[in-house]
Amino acid sequence: MYAYDQFDRALVHQRVAQFRDQVSRRLSGRLSEEQFRPLRLMNGLYLQLHAYMLRVAIPYGTLSARQLRGLAGIARRFDRGYGHFTTRQNIQYNWIALEDAPDALAALAEVDMHAIQTSGNCIRNVTSDPFAGVAADEVEDARVWAEIVRQWSTLHPEFSFLPRKFKIAVSAAADDRAALRIHDIGLRLFRNDDNEAGFEVMAGGGLGRTPRLARTIRDFLPTAELLPYLESVLRVYNQHGRRDNIYKARIKILVDALGVEAFRDEVEADYAAGRCDAFALPAEEERRIRAMFAPPAYPALPAETPRDRAADPAFDDWVKANVVPHRVVGYAIAVISLKPVGGIPGDASADQMDAVADLAERYSFGEIRVTHTQNLILPHVAQRDLYALWQALTAHGLASANYGRASDIIACPGLDYCSLANARSIPVAQRIAERLAAGGREREAGTLGIKISGCINACGHHHVGDIGLLGVEKNGAEAYQMTLGGDAGDRAALGAIVGRAFSAEEVTDAVETVIDVYLARRVNGERLAETVRRIGLGPFKERLYGTDEGGKDRP
Amino acid sequence: MSEAATLKAITANRLTDGAVVYLADGGAWRETLRGCRLAQSAEECAAMEEVARWAASSNLVVGPYAIDVTMDDAGAARPASLREAIRIEGPTVRPDLGRAEG
Repeated sequence: MYAYDQFDRALVHQRVAQFRDQVSRRLSGRLSEEQFRPLRLMNGLYLQLHAYMLRVAIPYGTLSARQLRGLAGIARRFDRGYGHFTTRQNIQYNWIALEDAPDALAALAEVDMHAIQTSGNCIRNVTSDPFAGVAADEVEDARVWAEIVRQWSTLHPEFSFLPRKFKIAVSAAADDRAALRIHDIGLRLFRNDDNEAGFEVMAGGGLGRTPRLARTIRDFLPTAELLPYLESVLRVYNQHGRRDNIYKARIKILVDALGVEAFRDEVEADYAAGRCDAFALPAEEERRIRAMFAPPAYPALPAETPRDRAADPAFDDWVKANVVPHRVVGYAIAVISLKPVGGIPGDASADQMDAVADLAERYSFGEIRVTHTQNLILPHVAQRDLYALWQALTAHGLASANYGRASDIIACPGLDYCSLANARSIPVAQRIAERLAAGGREREAGTLGIKISGCINACGHHHVGDIGLLGVEKNGAEAYQMTLGGDAGDRAALGAIVGRAFSAEEVTDAVETVIDVYLARRVNGERLAETVRRIGLGPFKERLYGTDEGGKDRP
Repeated sequence: MSEAATLKAITANRLTDGAVVYLADGGAWRETLRGCRLAQSAEECAAMEEVARWAASSNLVVGPYAIDVTMDDAGAARPASLREAIRIEGPTVRPDLGRAEG
């Protein structure tokens, strides 16, 4: 994984010193809140419902054991003993004091981490496939390019005051596990018929009030041209993106307004003018970064069926659900679920973080990944170690066998934590997970994505869930609007609203009803999103509302 | 605001640590609604908002605003909205982290 050099370390330490001075001036009143707010946002510090919230960058979700211990230490020292892993592969702390924030950032800097550009109108954390470097279906390690884009975008002087936030995702696999189509820019690395490596460049994706799937603006961009081309995309956005209305300021609005052909023409014209050629990455720099992602020296092992599967049904369940094939014989990718049924999706205690760090050192060459589905990964586990790993995870409440299943719910923090929310999302996730796990429906349903957002900003990705729930306020009470048929992968799709919103009391039954219809109507093990594509919403509406019309909202 | 008035309190986040606070007498800010100032009229509310604005510009608190408050059967002030109840009591899913607002 990438290792900081002296320059990187100097940068984060200088940033801490700069922020420490800014905080001091804010506390003494030499800076007003209006002056300070954009400065604190550029260091990922929000003011939320209960306290300040700090969002720490975890570049493309990759962490060393030492860094994860550092995050645990921050949870203990500066927060309330836990953290929350997010849908952009970052971590959030909910109880940070402003006067402690510089010390917290200093502690991060000690483990080569920071909170730079995790908020504000700039390029945010570059996210990637959580199985990068170890997946069987990968062309090459996508994180090489995620790191290159990260360095290019960090403190980029031209793109630090964009019309709005900007999110980039990179994948190099046949299977899109990075949700490329819902990003401002999605980059899919592949090899063309001449075996040259290049990117399909997609632009204009995003969720929120106006969800859009990204459109392909370049079918094949040779990898050496990536940075100059990105420069051109950002220049066009920076120049033409709206600044008069924050709800119309994302690049997806611009792509819509111009039309994808006209937008592409603008980008290609800027690119052809050659102003950005100077940004092309020198070959030796690409080699230097690529070398950091050399795979670990895996001891050669034979393929092995993990022992004890027959003897231990719980272990067998976990292997079936949470263990993914690795590209190296004898190894496996292990998913550590942060979705215990009835627990808080994506949260981990400081003790659990330390435990995972220890297990990573023991079983995964010291490396951990964070997924955008709010789980953790140990990417380099020997198959012969899976049973011991599972036993250790069980002891720490980290062995839920539910990866990708109905109780592996993505839920934003919602009204329990977030000042933007209309409704709570976590208790809804808890009740649904409990119901589906208890009744056996979870097992029957197999792979199923339930995604819950507490407001239209859609941090819970509800638009791209097989079942999506959007928290709204109806007559002073929490209610949940359901969408069906969303998909974040290669067959990306936005869910369609089924009808009137459900109350908090009704929503668990409603989700169960949808799954009943799905189980009755699916063919050939298709995903729920495919069933919806095939049979439409009618059968679901019929069962949910007793009518084809989706129920009428009471005035 | 009608005569059968909704009571109002002023809330904000404390600058130093972001804690949720409520305007009490003498310009003090406390972490409880108990004993905080309650406005029964638009004029009173405006006066409290003025005090709050001063507190914000004096770097005591950030982002003050008025909230609706009701009195429960025991005569204690309670926030009228779920959002404000969560702000005062902490996340509903972590009762161990909340404040005892009994």
